[in-house]
Amino acid sequence: METKIRIIVAKPGLDGHDRGAKVVARALRDAGFEVIYTGLHQTPEMIVAAAIQEDADAIGLSILSGAHLTLFPRVVELLRERGAADIVVFGGGIVPEEDVTALKTAGVAAVFTPGTSLETIVGWVREHVRPRGVTA
Amino acid sequence: MTHDDANKMAERKRAFTTLSEIELERRYGPSSLPRFDYDRDLGDPGAYPFTRGIHPTMYRGRLWTMRQFAGFGSAEDTNRRFHYLLGRGQTGLSVAFDMPTLMGYDSDHPRSLGEVGREGVAVDSVEDMKTLLHDLPLDHVTTSMTINAPANVLLAMYVVAAEEAGFARAGLGGTTQTDMLKEFIAQKEWVVPPRPSMRLIRDMLVYGTRELPRWNVISISGYHIREAGATAVQELAFTLADGIAYVQAGIDAGLDVDAFAPRLSFFFDCHTDFFEEIAKFRAARRMWARIMRDRFGARSPRSWWCRFHTQTAGVSLTAQQPMNNIVRVTLQALAAVLGGTQSLHTNSMDETYALPTEEAVTVALRTQQIIAHESGAAATADPLGGSYFVETMTNRMEEAAGAYISRIDELGGMVRAVELGFPQREIAEASFRFQQALERKERVIVGVNDLVMPEERTMPILRIDPEVERKQIERVRRVRAERDAAAARRALDELRRTAEADGNTMDRIVDAVRARVTVGEICDVFRAVYGEYREPAII
Repeated sequence: METKIRIIVAKPGLDGHDRGAKVVARALRDAGFEVIYTGLHQTPEMIVAAAIQEDADAIGLSILSGAHLTLFPRVVELLRERGAADIVVFGGGIVPEEDVTALKTAGVAAVFTPGTSLETIVGWVREHVRPRGVTA
Repeated sequence: MTHDDANKMAERKRAFTTLSEIELERRYGPSSLPRFDYDRDLGDPGAYPFTRGIHPTMYRGRLWTMRQFAGFGSAEDTNRRFHYLLGRGQTGLSVAFDMPTLMGYDSDHPRSLGEVGREGVAVDSVEDMKTLLHDLPLDHVTTSMTINAPANVLLAMYVVAAEEAGFARAGLGGTTQTDMLKEFIAQKEWVVPPRPSMRLIRDMLVYGTRELPRWNVISISGYHIREAGATAVQELAFTLADGIAYVQAGIDAGLDVDAFAPRLSFFFDCHTDFFEEIAKFRAARRMWARIMRDRFGARSPRSWWCRFHTQTAGVSLTAQQPMNNIVRVTLQALAAVLGGTQSLHTNSMDETYALPTEEAVTVALRTQQIIAHESGAAATADPLGGSYFVETMTNRMEEAAGAYISRIDELGGMVRAVELGFPQREIAEASFRFQQALERKERVIVGVNDLVMPEERTMPILRIDPEVERKQIERVRRVRAERDAAAARRALDELRRTAEADGNTMDRIVDAVRARVTVGEICDVFRAVYGEYREPAII
């Protein structure tokens, strides 16, 4: 039986702009992934704990407050510390182009900026996320 | 040509719909308005039910207030931007606060990490507020503060800072947003759950009515509801339903409705669907006038007025071909003016990247000035009144929003509806449907899902220096270290006792602020007494 890919969709930081996170969560669910939406105002610690507890294969982060350079790398770092670096981290929001490069260097696999279609995001997840422990 | 021939003529699409998914007809005419009655449905500008505007002269008497929202980095940075804007002909101030302030956390709280000064200005104590307002003419400039959960604290800081600068309390003019219902519905910055939030708002209403005759304590806001993905109909309906809940709260607190209703104001979004937006504004005025007169028995015409601020739709701006945003903002601003707004913020072309640069803000302000002085739109009141299409759309907006309001009444009012997740779910559904329509290209956004160009994204953007966070943390720690510790402790104890009982919390908050107690410390009292809010996660 094929294992269903599990994705945590999370909103780190304090901003409440959750339209994008919800629309993406729903599109991923409709595309056949198992999606857990954490709700708002999550600390990186809470997100990583949820991902490990839920045995997630990927974490999708959404932030629109400008704190991405602090909070996205923090999630990646905590995953490494907890031996879960194979959980794929991707994200989106109001992220200037130069910051996308910095985030990728920090270990964020993909960053989707405003105007990205759901098809692009779903397609990327299909291509890049595999059940953990299975080699892609 | 017969009617049948006309029906067979090819059209570009099978159906033409507004952003609220209202299907439009090919043309509108006298048969669209069979029971039209000028006095009942419109009235002259300045006359009940104010469909055509709240003032007889509208912009011939006075132009709308051009009020650009600003706030970033430290209080000094924002104060400098305010002086810059006033120097360029802006007539009102509008403060954006950073996320920690909006959530009632001090800058040195662990949850504030990376957020200080990013999306607005960081204000921890009255010392920051004094810096923010430095050298501003508070006796004639009006200040709008976009603050909700800790609105009581920021209002207290404004009062204390102004008094310490020599301005009399009674002369202070401005607005605090204080609209918690729309926070639970859409914007999602909160401290305590809905019911205690309503109690704190009640305290502000009572205090404002007594102490601050020129202050608009609540700005009932559809903007965030719309930006969260609501349709124009939902924005209109949920905003007015929120207004109904606040008016009821004031009446339940023993206030005469005419003593506070004239100082309730509204805040709407203005999207690009031009005629639907104009109809929304006109319907809002007519609906609110009837709600206030017939539902609440208000007798003062000022209580019947739906006065509103408008901001163009941030959500409509695109990162692709960003110069096109100037055009979108122009259309939206013109719709707001044709809809009779009292004040207006025009977004800057670069806001899908970051907070706006000074150049971008100037173009946005100039857009309003061109509409005001060059377009002719400000020369006559309600220029579209009587248009078959606009009057039909106004009726449609009123019917559809009225149906939502009835449903919310049946659920037990907006506070209950929010606890049940009703408006939250309706908005999530609408925003998902909209995104699907984009994916299928049933709707086109130029440069995003059609008419796409390869491009280099090289907008100059405003960067917030990470030093801001470090300095702000130092500053709040210094304020705590240097204040009279016993006085601060006493003020907090008094506040806790009042919060636990039923007295008015506002007087105690003012005392605490004067004793240099911080926003985080005050909100901690509320979190301890009332608990923290956790949202049910709805997708």
